[in-house]
Amino acid sequence: MVHEIPPRPLGVGRLLIVVYAILALAATGRSAFQIISRFDEAPLAYSLSALSAIVYILATVALIAPGRTWYRIAWITISFELLGVLVIGTISVTAPSLLGLSSIDPFGKQATVWSAYGLGYLLIPLVLPVLGMLWLYRRRSVAGSVATRSVA
Amino acid sequence: MIEWFLWLQLAVAVGAGAFCLMMGVLGRLPNDFTIGAALVVEVLLIAQLVVSIVAPAFGNVASGSTLEFYTYLVSAIVISPAAAFWSLIERNRWSTVILGVACLAVAVMLYRMNQIWVFQVA
Repeated sequence: MVHEIPPRPLGVGRLLIVVYAILALAATGRSAFQIISRFDEAPLAYSLSALSAIVYILATVALIAPGRTWYRIAWITISFELLGVLVIGTISVTAPSLLGLSSIDPFGKQATVWSAYGLGYLLIPLVLPVLGMLWLYRRRSVAGSVATRSVA
Repeated sequence: MIEWFLWLQLAVAVGAGAFCLMMGVLGRLPNDFTIGAALVVEVLLIAQLVVSIVAPAFGNVASGSTLEFYTYLVSAIVISPAAAFWSLIERNRWSTVILGVACLAVAVMLYRMNQIWVFQVA
């Protein structure tokens, strides 16, 4: 039994994983629906929607799976998401036509998980990567000093 | 879809979510009450699935996209058993919080389903 490891961040991490999983499900469901029903309408936006869904799934897996490689993949995917929500969020508000969108309504039919910085998803897509990075950073110090971390 | 039934479901999901969140914050492990609350949300979702499949035969047709409606409904049906399953494997307070988050996510999805069925123009 190793007692130096505070159970709390690990627990919060679990919550993070669940929210990621729900967001992955939401993004996958929505993009699948958009691509099946009206891909021609805004191919670029809907492709990005699908890409974000894949990245969310990958991030969820990377947060769960142990090991250095997955830890690195978690950093990459979460950084990508933050970049995505900032860049696509900005474009979706300032120049929606660049994405082939005729509407900037974050709750509308053309909305993606990143539209208007994820406003249609209660800004969770904007906040989550930051929390994810904080958690990854904290976990690094724990994982680095105690090799037996997984022995709970 | 029956509108009043969906509103009832939404109230139950929000109530169950708040209850589980509170219990989690109080440090309770997942118990019969919190897992039971998630189970009630799930049973109502399955009832809604049956209702939604049958309703069009009685002239109650979705105004919006049926495909989108079912994407939400099926996703919602998956969420709370997943959280309940998790809470059985991992016995700590965070699993109780997770049950609450799952119920609230279902509530948001129910709200969207209502928009699609009642207001959305296909």
